[in-house]
Amino acid sequence: MAKPDSLQGSMDLLVLKILSRRPGLHGYAIMSAIQDISGEVLRVEEGSLYPALHRMEEAGWIRAEWITKDTGRRARLYELTAAGKKQLGMEESRWQAVTLAVNRVLREA
Amino acid sequence: MSLWSRIGNVFRGERLNREIDEELEAHLLEALAEGRDPAEARRAFGSIMRHREESRDARLVTWLESLRSDAVFGLRQLRKTKVTSLAAILSLALAIGACTSAFRLIDAILLRPLPVANPDKLYDLTREGIGPEGKPQTFDGWAYPDFQLMRAAVKDQAELFAVSYAEPVDLTYKSDEEIEKAYLQYVSGWMFPTLGLRPALGRVFTENDDLKPGGHPYAVLSSDYWTHRFGQDPKVIGRTFRMGNELYEIAGVVEAPFTGTEPGTMVDIFVPTMMNPAVTRKDSTWHRTLAMVKPGAAMEAIRQKLEATSRAFEEERAKGFMGMSKKEIDNFLNQKVLLEPASNGVSDMQSETRRPLAVLGALVVLVLLIASANVANLLTAQASARAREMAVRVSIGGGRWRLIQLVLVQSAWLALLAAAIGGLFAWWSGPFVVSMINPPDNPARLILPSDWRVLGFGLLLALAVTLLFGLAPALRASSVHPVSALKGGEDPHSKRRLMHALIAVQVAFCFLVLFVAGLFVTTFERLSHQSVGFSADRVLVVDTVAKTPQPVEFWEQVAEHVGSVQGVEAVALADSPLLGGSGWNNFISVNGAPPNGVLSYMRAVSPGWLEAMKIQLIDGRDFRPGDAHPGAALVNETFAKTYFDGADPVGKAFDLSLDEGASLHYEIVGYVRDVRYRNLREPILPQLYVPFHSVDGKGASGKRGAGVLLVRTSLANPRSLASVLRQEVPRARPEFRVSRVRTQLEINQSLTVRERLLATLAFFFAIVALLLAGVGLYGVLHYSVLQRRREIGIRMAVGAQAGIIARLVTKEVFSMVLLGAAAGVALGMLSVRYVETLFYQVRATDLEMLALPSLAILVGALLAALRPVTQAVRIDPASMLRAE
Repeated sequence: MAKPDSLQGSMDLLVLKILSRRPGLHGYAIMSAIQDISGEVLRVEEGSLYPALHRMEEAGWIRAEWITKDTGRRARLYELTAAGKKQLGMEESRWQAVTLAVNRVLREA
Repeated sequence: MSLWSRIGNVFRGERLNREIDEELEAHLLEALAEGRDPAEARRAFGSIMRHREESRDARLVTWLESLRSDAVFGLRQLRKTKVTSLAAILSLALAIGACTSAFRLIDAILLRPLPVANPDKLYDLTREGIGPEGKPQTFDGWAYPDFQLMRAAVKDQAELFAVSYAEPVDLTYKSDEEIEKAYLQYVSGWMFPTLGLRPALGRVFTENDDLKPGGHPYAVLSSDYWTHRFGQDPKVIGRTFRMGNELYEIAGVVEAPFTGTEPGTMVDIFVPTMMNPAVTRKDSTWHRTLAMVKPGAAMEAIRQKLEATSRAFEEERAKGFMGMSKKEIDNFLNQKVLLEPASNGVSDMQSETRRPLAVLGALVVLVLLIASANVANLLTAQASARAREMAVRVSIGGGRWRLIQLVLVQSAWLALLAAAIGGLFAWWSGPFVVSMINPPDNPARLILPSDWRVLGFGLLLALAVTLLFGLAPALRASSVHPVSALKGGEDPHSKRRLMHALIAVQVAFCFLVLFVAGLFVTTFERLSHQSVGFSADRVLVVDTVAKTPQPVEFWEQVAEHVGSVQGVEAVALADSPLLGGSGWNNFISVNGAPPNGVLSYMRAVSPGWLEAMKIQLIDGRDFRPGDAHPGAALVNETFAKTYFDGADPVGKAFDLSLDEGASLHYEIVGYVRDVRYRNLREPILPQLYVPFHSVDGKGASGKRGAGVLLVRTSLANPRSLASVLRQEVPRARPEFRVSRVRTQLEINQSLTVRERLLATLAFFFAIVALLLAGVGLYGVLHYSVLQRRREIGIRMAVGAQAGIIARLVTKEVFSMVLLGAAAGVALGMLSVRYVETLFYQVRATDLEMLALPSLAILVGALLAALRPVTQAVRIDPASMLRAE
């Protein structure tokens, strides 16, 4: 049940990009960052974030580490791996190609 | 939930769930910290359960999926190269099977704990000291009165119980017509409660069944015996059997799988120690003493108490010793009492087979390593063929671990398939090997279960082998450099170097196996072909018993009657057969001088014994009717050397020193050639034969309850007379029965069972090792010829001769073979020290012992090299260069 504001297809790209700029974020911070930077236009479906993170972790694009915060609570922080950097490059160029193509269609149709 | 995540659950489920939950929880807490409404945050987040499952799937399934696809891919790879894979699997299967079956044997005899309560608290009491021959010795036999004192002394720290050396006995169930053999062990009544053993039927003994000498004629059967003798008939309780003069009543059956405390012997019948005639004797050490130590008891304190008690007992007894020097008595008293761990039982089979089994274990491990090296070389060669595939995988982003996993999964396939086939092989060969150790009439019976221990061992072996031969190729494959690999190959020498190193290792191990096998085969040859001094051909050994001891005249009548049976050439009576393992001895005094401390070994024989056994008479005469024991004697060459400086002793006299100062006088009537007495390895003993016909002090004939008839037949197969003799003996005199018929040849052969087993198995492993090493060598040469085709083509094109090409192809490999052989010689020299005691009249440094394996390896290497070299020489430069 896709929502109108869902980020289907581009979640990976956004997460990888955020992590490439700011390594060591936990899930909530990644979600907040996407919403803040996009000016609240892009809203991450909170529940689907974690399966996505875990999938990317298993694919070797990102790695995670448990840390204990000052408050005593544990948090799981994510950062990009070398394979993730490559993946980000591929996803970015794919995104460029797609937006270019969509723009062309919008312009020339 | 998918199947795969369920499987994953097994490995890392709980922890994973907790981690995911914790992370999701942290998310909600973060939202609350930002000041969001809890209800809204939860709603926005959705169902935790669902997310958890999705996350789980994401994290588990990819890993399992990759494993599954690797498994499928690995199997496909194996099937693509059917022949080589099959060869690898079969050679590995042979090695794994041999290892597993060796493990089964070693486990059954040496490692498996007894099926009793707290086996780790069980100890065997042993005495260690200097023996009568001045050599260190250990012995775990005890006299019952000594045992009783020791038991009382350590009552609070340990429970001692006595178990006799299990032995086959003659018994009859219905009438005295049918004598059968069963393994019997005298045990303390309280052994059963001490070991936590319960009855499967009826009752087992307790302390109350073992109080009064001769007062408890009851028996407990083992479950195994109850099953194979009585078909688990519940009415067996209350049945009686006769053993000797005593009638025993069956009181119960002990629960399976307990069959006594001696691995290698399965006891059929347990009777109380009080029923043993020697139970009151201070000088008869007829049983082991086992101790069940109570929790928290100090071992050293127990040991010291036992030693003090036993020493006091022996000191009292030593006051009556005669014919022993002060030093010998001191040595005897100064023996140290030891508590040897006995969690896996104690038996002669254990002490006799420990070393041979260790050697066999080492040989099969070497064979396994050789096979593993073969498979490693195969995988390396395959990996080089797959270098491009690997390079592609790396360049499209396959991680290093993924590639290692890929290759390891393929090795695991090989190992698992091999382990499955090897398991079948082990399942079949284990009992087969046991049957080889068995003398026909006195089988060693072993519990050889195929349970989780064996299965676990097999799987562990498969795992170890996977890592052993899979890891190097896997690491190598994963470190592939895509650019150079895709351009047409990296440094080809690095792979060959690994393969060559493995060849050297293989040859070294192969040499070691051949070398050791050679030594064992030679040992067996020399031992079984040495002269025993008599002829065993066509001789039957007929164990004969009488219900009650019968006068020797009756025995003579039986022998006479048997002599008239068709097919019988000669008959004689003796108290025991030659090389039967048992014997008795005495000190000799010549001309009234004190004994010289050398024991003389004795045998009672009838007139005609020399002729029946074809023992050569040097001087004097055989016994004749009228000679009696004591009185006349025959002696052998070693006897003459020991007591008469080698002079012809006929006509001379000597005295046998008995206990308590008594002696018997003998005149030597005959002088005979040396024969072996109880076994083949010990030096020939001084021997003295006395007449079977014994008389007591008043001149009345002696009586005997058991003896052997030695029957030389005119038949090629003497056994065919066995059933006739069983009938004829009671016909001669109704008091007599035949309890067992063996051929003398069987008795002789049973003495080399261990050597034959070692020689046969070692020879088998040597063939396998040579074959595997040859296959390995062939594979590597073949591969290197393939790899250097271009180079060879060019060399030939510029005029290289066939000889040069052959040398080019084989030079490196053969230098590896030489290196390996040299290492093998060194290894052999080092390791052979540990097994020297198993050899007979052969030494590791004998030239032919080194030359034979070297020659075998050389011939093997030449054969292996033949085809690859022909291939290399036949390369057609023109077509080769065109093709490139």
